[in-house]
Amino acid sequence: MNEEIRAEWPLYEVFIRGKRGLNHVHVGSVHAPDGRMALRHARDVYTRRNEGVSIWVVPSADIIASSPEEKDPLFAPSGDKAYRHPTFYEIPDNVPHM
Amino acid sequence: MSSAVAEPQLEAEFEAIVGHKDRIEPRDWMPEAYRKTLIRQVAQHAHSEIIGMQPEGNWIGRAPSLRRKAILLAKVQDEAGHGLYLYSAAETLGISRNELTELLISGKQKYSSIFNYPTLSYTDVGTIGWLVDGAAICNQVPLCRTSFGPYGRAMIRICKEESFHQRQGFELLMTMMRGTEEQRAMVQESVNRFWWPALMMFGPPDDSSPNTAQSMAWGIKTHTNDELRQKFVDMSVPQAEALGVTFPDPELRWNEERGHYDFGQPDWDEFWSVVKGDGPCNAQRLAHRKRAWDDGAWVREAALAFAEKETQAGKEAQAAEEAQR
Repeated sequence: MNEEIRAEWPLYEVFIRGKRGLNHVHVGSVHAPDGRMALRHARDVYTRRNEGVSIWVVPSADIIASSPEEKDPLFAPSGDKAYRHPTFYEIPDNVPHM
Repeated sequence: MSSAVAEPQLEAEFEAIVGHKDRIEPRDWMPEAYRKTLIRQVAQHAHSEIIGMQPEGNWIGRAPSLRRKAILLAKVQDEAGHGLYLYSAAETLGISRNELTELLISGKQKYSSIFNYPTLSYTDVGTIGWLVDGAAICNQVPLCRTSFGPYGRAMIRICKEESFHQRQGFELLMTMMRGTEEQRAMVQESVNRFWWPALMMFGPPDDSSPNTAQSMAWGIKTHTNDELRQKFVDMSVPQAEALGVTFPDPELRWNEERGHYDFGQPDWDEFWSVVKGDGPCNAQRLAHRKRAWDDGAWVREAALAFAEKETQAGKEAQAAEEAQR
């Protein structure tokens, strides 16, 4: 088979809003020649049973992601800030509604 | 970011995550053998869904009623969807969709041996739903907790849809069992043909399944082939009784002591010969998939050319607009 025909349709990541009031959530990916077709394919592959009311597709190559190696610099600092959580504060039992 | 972290440390982190039954995600470091094993397993699973469309798709044009046709169409469409969920998961491991398709067509990657058996009448649609999808459910439910995140998430999606497959099959067979003597005989004949191949779907016995121990240590598999096969037999016997059919196994009987059914062994020589390509339909299944792939080449190419043209036209229109300002 000639090499040009082997060219693959680009990959798009698919996000679905399950119902009104919820965020779009990543569900998987589809290949498509362009964004419009990616939407069609996402509809066929990921919403055959009323799983969604809205779809986003994003070219996978355009996603900027943190690296697992950055886990500590990015997320460790929040680990020792217990005072950001309500349970850090002791309130007597006789104080209502708090 | 530098990747200066030493391999032993990365491996220790990986083992710790897997040991805690936590999930590995695509960008995490993973041993090359883990990646390879997963690509092999997820790809084989995806190929099975795609090839699995053929035995039943064969009957869409000959459905006995509009109701059955709508059901079968939806089912076969689901199999396509399941294949695509799984290809999507496999691609997060760094292999492309084209590579996967070519590995299937060239016979370098396998698919489940069950799909190399023919479907001889519409009854087989019912039997496949009941026994083949039933066996698939037994295999797939534990995989929802597999250690590789995208694979587990695809399995959750698939399991939600698989129950419809099994129930429509059982209902089809029940309908036939309420019919004529001839129809009941058709059901029994179909069940006789599919019982042993369905048991083979769980793979070779544990003592000749070399990959199982490592896959379990990595949390890819959580049960052995024989455990799952036993579970399937235990589930299926009361269903067969309710349906009014028997399984073609003289050794099948309840074992009070074990609390499980005893059963005979499938013909493992037949299993290996089908895996190696000598089943009744291997050549036909692959030839059909290859034809669909080759015949679709111009569509893939034309859609890409059209998309490029649209993008180009969009850019030119934008440039013209900017020039006018």
